[in-house]
Amino acid sequence: MRTRPHEPVNAPVGAAAPVAVDLRGWGWRHGGRHAWALRGVDLRLAPGERVLLLGPSGAGKSTLLSALAGLLDAGSGGEQEGALTLDGRPAAEVRSRAGLVLQDPEAALVMARAGDDVAFGLENRGVPTDEIWPRVDEALLSVGFPYGPDAPTAALSGGEQQRLALAGIVALRPGLLLLDEVTANLDPDGAALVRQVLAEVLDASGATAVVVEHRVEQVVDLVHRAVVLEPGGGVAEDGPPAEVFGRAGARLAARGVWVPGRRPVVRRPAPVTAGPALVRAEEVAFRYPAAHREALPATDLTLCAGEAVAITGPNGSGKSTLALCLAGLLRPTGGDVVAQPALDPPRPARPPWRWRGRDLVTRIGTVFQDPEHQFVASTVRGELLVGPRHAGATVTAAAHRADELLDRLGLARLAAANPFTLSGGEKRRLSVATAIATAPKVVVTDEPTYGQDALTWGALAELLADLRDAGCALLTVTHDEQLVGAIADRRLALG
Amino acid sequence: MSVLVPLAPDPDAALSRRNPVAKLTAAGIVTVAMLVSLDPVTPAVLLAIEAVALPFSGVRLGTLLRRSWPLLLGIGGVVVANLVGVQGGDVLVEIGPVDVTTEGVESAAAVALRLLALTLPGIVVLAATDPMDMADALVQRWRVPARFAYGALAALRLLPLLSADWHMIGRARRARGLDAGWSPVGRLRAFTGQVFAVLVAAVRRGVRLAAAMDARGFGTAGVERTVARPQPMRPADWALVAGTAGAVLLAVAVSVALGAWRPPFA
Repeated sequence: MRTRPHEPVNAPVGAAAPVAVDLRGWGWRHGGRHAWALRGVDLRLAPGERVLLLGPSGAGKSTLLSALAGLLDAGSGGEQEGALTLDGRPAAEVRSRAGLVLQDPEAALVMARAGDDVAFGLENRGVPTDEIWPRVDEALLSVGFPYGPDAPTAALSGGEQQRLALAGIVALRPGLLLLDEVTANLDPDGAALVRQVLAEVLDASGATAVVVEHRVEQVVDLVHRAVVLEPGGGVAEDGPPAEVFGRAGARLAARGVWVPGRRPVVRRPAPVTAGPALVRAEEVAFRYPAAHREALPATDLTLCAGEAVAITGPNGSGKSTLALCLAGLLRPTGGDVVAQPALDPPRPARPPWRWRGRDLVTRIGTVFQDPEHQFVASTVRGELLVGPRHAGATVTAAAHRADELLDRLGLARLAAANPFTLSGGEKRRLSVATAIATAPKVVVTDEPTYGQDALTWGALAELLADLRDAGCALLTVTHDEQLVGAIADRRLALG
Repeated sequence: MSVLVPLAPDPDAALSRRNPVAKLTAAGIVTVAMLVSLDPVTPAVLLAIEAVALPFSGVRLGTLLRRSWPLLLGIGGVVVANLVGVQGGDVLVEIGPVDVTTEGVESAAAVALRLLALTLPGIVVLAATDPMDMADALVQRWRVPARFAYGALAALRLLPLLSADWHMIGRARRARGLDAGWSPVGRLRAFTGQVFAVLVAAVRRGVRLAAAMDARGFGTAGVERTVARPQPMRPADWALVAGTAGAVLLAVAVSVALGAWRPPFA
């Protein structure tokens, strides 16, 4: 057993003095790049002020947060100009004054147990041993962490992990809190809880805060002020959020920012009568080895040509599992998936999970939640050649198809780029393109709109609607009610 | 990948409460004794003591077998190799062209006893030691650099994720039409591709983990790191080390008294 001096949680809530932030003509250029990520930024935050940072993709919002956290390192080949100070000192010299919370909580957790993870930062800061555990308990309490300090971090949901990551920062009592899309990867319930906790933590600590968030309407109540950054430039707008959205709302929306009250317009697909059935899940169930409970209880679902079906439901209700079974990527442990004649299944008749890969990709295409999982080639154009070539298309036909898709999805100028170097929105568009390159009749997508800006969101919704109109059967697993409303003909609610 | 699962220790075992450094020392003493005793008597006596001590460690026999089966399999292989490889004395059994001789049996017995006596304490120590406690104790008692100990500890946490990555990447590659097919060449190519993809994913995870550790002030110059979980050497920890040393001396003494003890290079 670990020695853990236990003390009741009665220590006063510790708060560091809020930090004053001052940027004068500040700019940053990443190593090996010609263009400046940010340049000529003039921005002053009074202690305790909370600011929402806005701007289109590539405006350098995350770069600015890293700089404020003191994590931009001139040694990495980057170049800095102007001044960026916290309480009058360069940010890199006072790294302990700022705390940065990132989008992906799993990448932020270091230790196997929740309490140890929060304690890790305190140890690194040299906090005396007898003060560590009271501060850990206090931080876990402040984020409403539902388990004890011995809870294994690997078993937590995304929202719980993010609250734990926040506790790890809160325990360090930063005077400046930096929040980089902290709810973008979470399901709606988890995200709502994290936002509520954030509001409480900000109020309790009185810290200065800089918030970056795609879904602006969800955090606008947390901040006093909105600042719009220009890509490669300085501050374009600055003021109370309502005023900034009034002045620049249309301009921001046109460049992909989710502005409150403005939604991307999706051409509502004309109601159609569904075509023939293509694939059917019959009493499909799935149970992990040695699991007590089924991950997916027996479920029926038929996908028809020209029909879009959305699977919704809370985390852990088996949405993705059902999609994987229908996509021929997972063998159900109960029931089975049956390909219908209209899908022209390969002979002999077998369930899709037994098909060869090349037979599968010409019939059922799958878009994974994480686009990077799908990338297997070294260039964008190469990615689009893989599927058709494996399915037996000629070099000419595959090249023709690849170029057509590159044009259609606005990726033509990136044809020679490495897929891993693309932006989030570009990666997502490419992953969809790879799935439809082989012209499958069934397209399965898992959370295609997670963390996307409004422009990519609109493009994806249009693309999915087009596929449906072209006669594909579309299956989408999603938490995004807006997407369900925009494209789905039918909904299967699990859980 | 299921071999990785048994790395989780049993927190209820009595031995789990001992300082990991004391446990490592005890296992080290047994190792040295087995390296300098080539006869079968010393390990036999030591094994008997270990068998008596096992219930007090709190590690269950089932847990032990589950963790140690790959090792037992390896020891079995060595035993068989000695049975048929070492020839001399009387032939006991003839199996086709293979003779099992008295010297072969003696040699196999000595090797089996030594390997069992040697590995059992190591497995028990691993089964009853939390990796976190191990890292803490190594840093606090043996001055192992924190960067190394906690870096390795954090990497250990990523291992189960590798297994999840393996399955996910396998599915994603199949979704791209890159599955094995029927031919062995195709299978090998698909396997190599998947291994490479998982390695790339592992490196990316590692890089992000290092960044996360840095972001929370790990290895900041000029700050003396403190400890959340002190790992002192208590009297019971010293008793464990002393008891082990006593058991080893007893085993060697018995062997010497019987005239069986055989050091190396004698």
